[in-house]
Amino acid sequence: MHEMALLVVSIRPSDIAVFGSQTLVTATPLTLAALGGVMSERSGVVNIALEGIMLTGAFAGYVVALFTHSLWLGLIAAVLAGMLIAAIHAILAISFIVDQIVSGTVINILAIGVTGVFYRTYLESQSVAGPGHLPTWHVPVLGDLPIIGQVLFQNAFVTYAMLGLVVAVYLVIFHTTWGLRTRACGEHPQAAETAGINVYFVRYVNVIVSGGLAGLGGAYFSLQQLGNFLPGMTGGRGFIGLAAMIFGRWNPFGAFGASMLFTASDQVASRAIAFGVHVPGQFLGMLPYLLTIVVVAGAVGRAVAPAADGKPYRKS
Amino acid sequence: MSRLWAHVPAWVINALIIPVVSVVLGFLVAAIAVVATGADPTLAYLYLFQGAFTNTNAFAETLVSSVPYMFLGLGVALGFRAGLFNIGAEGQFYIGALAGVFVAYSVHGLPAIVEVPLALLAAIAAGFLYAGIAGFLKAQTGAHEVITTIMLNYVAFLIANYLVTTPGLMLDPHAHGLIRTPYIDANAVLPIIFPGSRLHLGFLLALLAIPAVWFLINRTTVGFRLRAVGYNAGASKAAGISVARTTVLAMGISGALAATAGIVQMLGIQHDMTAAVASGYGFDAIAVALLARSNPWGILPAALLFGALHNGASFMQLQTTPQVSSDLISIVQASVIAFVAAPEIIRWLLRLRRHQVAAVAITQREGAAPHA
Repeated sequence: MHEMALLVVSIRPSDIAVFGSQTLVTATPLTLAALGGVMSERSGVVNIALEGIMLTGAFAGYVVALFTHSLWLGLIAAVLAGMLIAAIHAILAISFIVDQIVSGTVINILAIGVTGVFYRTYLESQSVAGPGHLPTWHVPVLGDLPIIGQVLFQNAFVTYAMLGLVVAVYLVIFHTTWGLRTRACGEHPQAAETAGINVYFVRYVNVIVSGGLAGLGGAYFSLQQLGNFLPGMTGGRGFIGLAAMIFGRWNPFGAFGASMLFTASDQVASRAIAFGVHVPGQFLGMLPYLLTIVVVAGAVGRAVAPAADGKPYRKS
Repeated sequence: MSRLWAHVPAWVINALIIPVVSVVLGFLVAAIAVVATGADPTLAYLYLFQGAFTNTNAFAETLVSSVPYMFLGLGVALGFRAGLFNIGAEGQFYIGALAGVFVAYSVHGLPAIVEVPLALLAAIAAGFLYAGIAGFLKAQTGAHEVITTIMLNYVAFLIANYLVTTPGLMLDPHAHGLIRTPYIDANAVLPIIFPGSRLHLGFLLALLAIPAVWFLINRTTVGFRLRAVGYNAGASKAAGISVARTTVLAMGISGALAATAGIVQMLGIQHDMTAAVASGYGFDAIAVALLARSNPWGILPAALLFGALHNGASFMQLQTTPQVSSDLISIVQASVIAFVAAPEIIRWLLRLRRHQVAAVAITQREGAAPHA
């Protein structure tokens, strides 16, 4: 208890700002993956491929940035590569009616293979300087605000994009015709088809857009955080993004909030250790996974998926 | 072409021709990747073959590598038969290994015939209980097992890391700063069955597990219930089968098999446990089960293929110039699963008739949607 008191007393405003900023920045890829999950699953296609899509995006973004010397082309490449590999998921799951979990597994394994093979041939022996990091943009005036300025307005591109995309995906899903169609396909595809909606088309577009979002999330690792690519660098964070999507109940703001909660618990874990508080980091690390299990089991308010999520649609 | 196939029985097409053609196509797809790296695919595959079969001890090592895939594949396949998608084999592998290794380094001086079964039983019980959580949640609340088992995978890694790295728990205080558990007792080590190699008794255990699981699924009441629930949960319930109990049991057995893979690997090869890292075993297990079409007998060739791929891959990487990464086999695996799971592609290639090809149904349990 003494140690906890010490922890609370010694917090300064600058600590809060660093804490908030770190939380937001590390939540960036999780949120982007979760947003991808929202797009895909709201249309009825389960997407456990987010991990593999992110890895592909991280790789493609880095390679293109390295060889074109343009971080921005790298970002575009990450998004396009994410869309491309997600398209394979779409073809298998929607057209070939492959079990969506199986097709997600295919993408996850394929991503490890493709990035691993090309990494070894083209990158591992490269001794040229990397493409560097995406620059931090300090927004004038707003960036100078205490705490809030440091948390929200002194970030690099992918984090700003993530914040914008949370709002954008929310508006698309809940306030546009496309969103209405998407949700119709996810809840009751037969009824949607009867109403004249092309279920296949809607699902294809949503899965591919989902890939673009997760691909951008991948670019966070290679172009914003590290400025390098390492095999397997996404390290399971696509699955935490999936957890954030579920914990956030398939809602973009919920997904963002869940991502923030998950990364905040990481921050607490690392700081507690610095203050000599012996909460094993592993237990705080379990939090995202346990919370997700709790909500899927309906113990604390039930997370209910779109009704037709995971069900293949066959036009009759 | 379609005439050519007219007299071939459907089971030959589904159990033999489609998997074999899928594997061939998988190698072809990966060959494209090899060409794209500027290496020679025929040479790469030649080295892969040498590394898997013809080098000194290579074949024994292939068998060694196939042991975990047999247990893991059996576990996932058994889940499939009950309409359950166990994506948590990797977590169950580690939980089983932890429990078994704990027993195996705690016991001293008992004969091997006691120590080995004790460690196996500890692993089986731990794996059953751990996977049983997902089964219980599914049965009680409908929480989809895909989500819960993915999450439990990461929880398992963290549990393993906590236990193995914490002094006073499973960390060996005499390991000179190395992060590992104490070595297992000498009598708990699985004996070598082929002198001069690492081929251990676990291989024979895996070979025995195949008919055992086949018998369990096809010749026992439990197996009948399990298949009935997998085929049609609603009808099973109407017929008086407890869907909830069957679900927990199926998930538990599936986890127990994955846990056996873990402890056999520790007792046969590693002899201690280090902090857990994601090894991809869970996904490989799904691939093995799919390639075997969830048939226990099919697990043998599928696991041997995966063992050979893993074993040959490092030799291939060493020998090729420019180096072809051992990750190439992931491309083979991913393509093989895709072709097995989407038999339409092969049906079209071979001009098979539609009715000759069985759809791959896995979690088509009534009313089952992931997350729901």
